Amino acid sequence: MLSSPLPADAAPPCSGRLVTVRGLSFRRGERVIFRDVDLDIPRGKVTAIMGPSGTGKTTLLRLLGGQLRPDAGLIEVDGLRVPELGRRELYQLRQRMGMLFQSGALFTDLSVFDNVAFPLREHTRLSEKLIRTLVLMKLEAVGLRGARALMPAELSGGMARRVALARAIALDPMMVLYDEPFAGQDPISMGVLTQLIRTLNDALCLTSVIVSHDVKETAAIADYLYLLSDGQIVEHGTPGELGRSASPWVDQFMHARPDGPMSFHYPAPPYETELLLREPA
Amino acid sequence: MTGPLERLGRWVLDRLTALGRANLFLLRLVGALAFLVRRPGLLVRQLYAVGVLSLPIILVSGLFVGMVLGLQGYANLVDFGATSSLGTVVALSLIRELGPVLTALLYAGRAGSALTAEIGLMKATEQLASMQMMAVDPFARVLAPRFLAGFIAVPLLTAIFTAVGILGGYWVAVVQLGVDGGAFWAQMQARVLLWEDIGNGVAVKSVVFALLANWIALFEGYEAHPTSEGVSLATTQTVVATSLAVLGGDFLLTALMFGAW
Ligand SMILES: Nc1ncnc2c1ncn2[C@@H]1O[C@H](COP(=O)(O)OP(=O)(O)OP(=O)(O)O)[C@@H](O)[C@H]1O
Ligand SMILES: [Mg+2]
Repeated sequence: MLSSPLPADAAPPCSGRLVTVRGLSFRRGERVIFRDVDLDIPRGKVTAIMGPSGTGKTTLLRLLGGQLRPDAGLIEVDGLRVPELGRRELYQLRQRMGMLFQSGALFTDLSVFDNVAFPLREHTRLSEKLIRTLVLMKLEAVGLRGARALMPAELSGGMARRVALARAIALDPMMVLYDEPFAGQDPISMGVLTQLIRTLNDALCLTSVIVSHDVKETAAIADYLYLLSDGQIVEHGTPGELGRSASPWVDQFMHARPDGPMSFHYPAPPYETELLLREPA
Repeated sequence: MTGPLERLGRWVLDRLTALGRANLFLLRLVGALAFLVRRPGLLVRQLYAVGVLSLPIILVSGLFVGMVLGLQGYANLVDFGATSSLGTVVALSLIRELGPVLTALLYAGRAGSALTAEIGLMKATEQLASMQMMAVDPFARVLAPRFLAGFIAVPLLTAIFTAVGILGGYWVAVVQLGVDGGAFWAQMQARVLLWEDIGNGVAVKSVVFALLANWIALFEGYEAHPTSEGVSLATTQTVVATSLAVLGGDFLLTALMFGAW
C-alpha cells in the first residue's frame, strides 16, 4: 500500500544513529528550556519523547529541524551539524525530513488534495497523473481520500491533523517528526494512526520521532522512550525498561499522578504568598 | 524606572534596527524574484488579486476626483474667462499629483492591508514555518510573487486612475457646463509635456510609490506578532506607514522634479 519511489537498492542502511544531540542548551529569554541535554535517535526506529506540557518537546523538534538555534551544544542529523548549515544545505536536509506541526499548519488557501500535493509539486517533476496517485495513496492511508476536495476550514481538528500527517509523509522522507499525532483523535483513528506510523516505519526504514502525552499509545509503538522534565532528560529506555523502572518521574508520568518530582505548574512563587499579597489598589 | 531619555534612545534604536531589517528584507525579496521565471503562474494569480480586484475602487475614485476637479476648476476659471484652460488644469493636477498619490493611498487601503493580513495570518498559523520545514522558501513561493505583482499593478492602476479622472473632468466641463470640447483637448495637448509631466508624474512617482506600498505591506505582515492583535496592528500600521511614506515621498519627488530651487 505504501511504496517508496526509491528503487530498493538505493535504500539507506537501516541501522546506526540518525540524530545525535550532545550538551544541548537552549533558553527563551530568562527561562531555561534545555540544560545540557544528550539524546540519540536510532535510524529506522520509533523514538518517543514524552514529558509534561511546556517542557520544550515542540522546541526540541524545532531545534532538530533547524528552525531554532541552540545556545550551546551539538545537533547532528544524518552526519550534518544542523545549526551550522547554510540555507541551501538546510533545505536539502529538510527535503528528507517531514514534520507534523502541533497545529497542523495546513495551507488555508489550498484544498486537502493540494495541501498533500504541495511538497510533491515543489520538489519533484512528477506528472500530475502520478502526483494524483501518490496523493490519493497518502490520503487513503489516513482515511481521508473522500475528503480531498474539502478546504482546511471545513475539517475538524483531528481530520486536519491527519491531512497534515499525509502531507508530512508525501515525499517519503527519511525521518518524520510528529508533534502530538494523536491529539484530538477518537479511539478508532488513534489505532489506525499508531498502526500507520509503525507500518511506515518498518516498510520504509523511516525514522520516527513522536512527541506525545498519550502514554499508552506511545509506549505501544515506540522502540525507545525519552522522558523530559524541567530542561533535562530524567529517564530513557525501551518501554519495557521504563515500565519496570522505579524512578519517581517514570512512576508519576506513566501513572498520571499529580504528586511527584514533575510539576504540573509553570514556575511560580508559592500560592499562599500570592493570594495573601494585595493587588495595588 | 527608565527615564524619558532612555526610552527615547530605545525607541530610536528600535526604529533603526527595524529599518535595517526592512532593507535586508527587501534584498532577500529582490533576490527571490528569479524564482518567478520558473513559476509565472504564481505571478498571474497575484496580479489578479492585487491588480484586477483593485480596479473597481480605482475606476470609481478616479472618476469622482476628475469630476470634482472639473467643477472646482470651472468655478475658479470662469471669472477670468479662462475656462478653455480647464483641460490643462484637470490633466496636470491628475498627472503630476493626484493620480500617483491617490492611487497609492487607495492601493494601501485596498490591497496593501490585505497583503499584510494574509502574510501575518500565514505566520501566526505556522503556515510559513511549515513551508520552511518542507524546504520551500516563503520568500520565493509567497512573498516574491506578491511583491512583483504589486510593483506592476500600481503604475498601471495609476495610469487608469489618471485617464478615468480626465474623462470625468471632461464630462463635467464639456458635457455638463458647456466648456468648448475642442479647447479642452487642444490646450491639454499643447501644455502637458510627455517626459516632464507624464514621465515624472505618472511614471516615476507611481514606480516609487509601488515600491514603498508593497515593501511596507509585506514587511509589516512578515514582522507581525503571530497573534490576532499583532496582525490587526500590523494591518493598521501598513496603511499608516504607507500613507506617510507616500505623502512625504511625494513632497520630496515634487521638490526635485518641479521645484523652483
Ligand atoms: N515563541 C516563544 N517565545 C517565548 N517562549 C516560548 C515560545 N514558544 C515556547 N515558549 C516557551 O517554551 C517552553 C516550551 O514550549 P514548547 O512549546 O516546546 O512546550 P511543549 O513541551 O511542546 O508543550 P506542549 O506539550 O504543551 O505542546 C514553554 O514554557 C513556553 O512558555
Ligand atoms: Mg508542543
